[in-house]
Amino acid sequence: MAAPCVSGGRVLSCRFLLWGSVGRRQGLLKAAAADLQTGSRSQILRLIHTTVVTTKKNVPASRREMYTEDFIKKQIEEFNIGKRHLANMMGEDPETFTQEDIDRAIAYLFPSGLFEKQARPIMKHPEQIFPKQRAIQWGEDGRPFHFLFYTGKQSYYSLMHEVYGKVLQAEKHQDQLRARGLLPENTEIKDLIGSRWLIKEELEDMLVEKLSDHDYMHFIQLLEKLLTLQYGPTEEEFIQKFRRSVTVQSKKQQIEPVQYDEKGMAFSASEGRRKTAKAEAIVYEHGGGEIKVNGVDYLLYFPVLQDREQLMFPFHFLDRLGKHDVTCTVSGGGRSAQAGAVRLAVAKALCSFVSEEEVEWMRQAGLLTADPRVRERKKPGQEGARRKFTWKKR
Amino acid sequence: MAAALRGLLRGGARPGLLPAFPGAARPSGRTLAGAPAPAPSEPEDGGDLHQQLLEEPLKHSDFFNVQELFSLKSLFDARVHLGHKAGCRHRFMEPYIFGSRLNQDIIDLEQTVSHLRLALNFTAHVAYRKGIILFVSRNRQFTHLIENTARDCGEYAHTRYFKGGLLTNAPLLLGHSVRLPDLIIFLHTLNNVFEPHVAVRDAAKMNIPTVGIVDTNCNPCLITYPIPGNDDSPPAVQLFCRLFQTTINRAKEKRRQMEALYRLQGLKGAEGRQAARPLSGEDTGLSLDSQDPCPRSHSQS
Repeated sequence: MAAPCVSGGRVLSCRFLLWGSVGRRQGLLKAAAADLQTGSRSQILRLIHTTVVTTKKNVPASRREMYTEDFIKKQIEEFNIGKRHLANMMGEDPETFTQEDIDRAIAYLFPSGLFEKQARPIMKHPEQIFPKQRAIQWGEDGRPFHFLFYTGKQSYYSLMHEVYGKVLQAEKHQDQLRARGLLPENTEIKDLIGSRWLIKEELEDMLVEKLSDHDYMHFIQLLEKLLTLQYGPTEEEFIQKFRRSVTVQSKKQQIEPVQYDEKGMAFSASEGRRKTAKAEAIVYEHGGGEIKVNGVDYLLYFPVLQDREQLMFPFHFLDRLGKHDVTCTVSGGGRSAQAGAVRLAVAKALCSFVSEEEVEWMRQAGLLTADPRVRERKKPGQEGARRKFTWKKR
Repeated sequence: MAAALRGLLRGGARPGLLPAFPGAARPSGRTLAGAPAPAPSEPEDGGDLHQQLLEEPLKHSDFFNVQELFSLKSLFDARVHLGHKAGCRHRFMEPYIFGSRLNQDIIDLEQTVSHLRLALNFTAHVAYRKGIILFVSRNRQFTHLIENTARDCGEYAHTRYFKGGLLTNAPLLLGHSVRLPDLIIFLHTLNNVFEPHVAVRDAAKMNIPTVGIVDTNCNPCLITYPIPGNDDSPPAVQLFCRLFQTTINRAKEKRRQMEALYRLQGLKGAEGRQAARPLSGEDTGLSLDSQDPCPRSHSQS
């Protein structure tokens, strides 16, 4: 078929499209007959006796087809030819027709109002559509290729075998060193802080095999054991294959740029919110510790000690109590909400004058996180958000 | 009993009486469906050469000379005669036990020698006929060693958790037209909880011959070629692994040699026949580059 094989979210191969119209029942019977691995005589008997109902039951069991390599290759050829046809149809250059162009073209030619994105027509490379499957594991004479084939989980067990071999080698090496008295005393912790072991799903993807939790646990335990021993650079490289880096959270923190006013004083501005209160704060780099809120001194604006402590917290945390000047405006909310909003704004503004390590400390202390708590609405049939009416027995 | 075994060895294979080589009827192995697996292209004209190749080893009692690989002394040095304590003794192992010293059972090495010869001979024949050999054990101390042994001789190993229907429900677990092992070698017949390994019973169900090292606490009943011996000491297990590996490699090497020999003979025979006959029109001749072990000779004289 030269026409592009545009398919819905689920794979409908051409065979199924043909079947849908004409010989569906016949096709089902054929599928059921193919499943039955018996001699030809009993096959004929089964064909006579089974009804559509029983064949329908067998079809889901055989749905997990093995896509042969030839089939996948054919699909890839069809996809490439179809891509060129599509480019011609849209009047674009077939050589530089990318996947985004394909998606746009399909959305234009087959507009769909379906809400489920995966149910709309797609045209992607067959590698992304057909799930990665194992090819047939044995040769012409029937002998499997892998020596652990009969265990069922050959990749996993061969990996365990390999790691155990490395552990034995490392132990032997360590014993030899100890015998000669050359064992280095210091066991430096290698670069493990910025990385984590890969999770079970990632391991399953790597091995193309289903694993159980116990298997995964045993694997990680074996790797941990290898870590405790002395090993060389080849083992290091091997171990790194199973580690993934953990992105440090504070790198995502937006740090406000430092600005300069007309007098040449360095300052930084930012905003913060808490409940319905919004605050904008300007923190000057050098100052005497004065804080002005809405044009009024903070002592007058926040008579309650608790609110003033909230204002003080970022400076106290960084040991910069009398070193900055703050001018801020705040509106909305109540007394406590306004104090919280100003605190957040001040902390965010302070990030620009402070080292990255201290920014990370502030983040861990919770100074840079906006408090998501807002007032919960009252529900009908209840007195408040959670409080129910008094229950009367009679 | 030992005398009867020795008689079997001397007499050699009698295909009519001894069904000990089920592979003889189906040289290409079995699948679960019962039908023979599709054998690699076996031309019927060269079939007689192939038959000769397969029948030749069966005419000798010890074609592969496995008895030179070990001796009673080597078994003794590897501590194969040491069994478990008398309390662990299995009733069916009593014929194989020589005696008991300080409450520890000692296995009769004379019987071990004869059983081991039979077992190694059988293994060699299976390997010669390109059968699939599966090493099974559930003792975690020797997992690595056994897997290495299996990989080095080009065969298969299963020293991990044995899933229930692996042999009896193989099409579902392993694939639709999978080929089952033709021989299972048990280096430890018991599993981690000292119960008989499931594969012993399943192999008997699936008509797969088994070779197994049975210690004094094991049940030798369902095993085709039991080898009474110690399966707990490292030197003993290492010796057995070495023996099996050598036997299998030797048998495969012998097969390669015999194939080369018969190919040469086939060539010479065809040449002779060509020289005898005047040139005929449809002389396709011999394809000297073919990979077939039995070259196609188009005319049968």
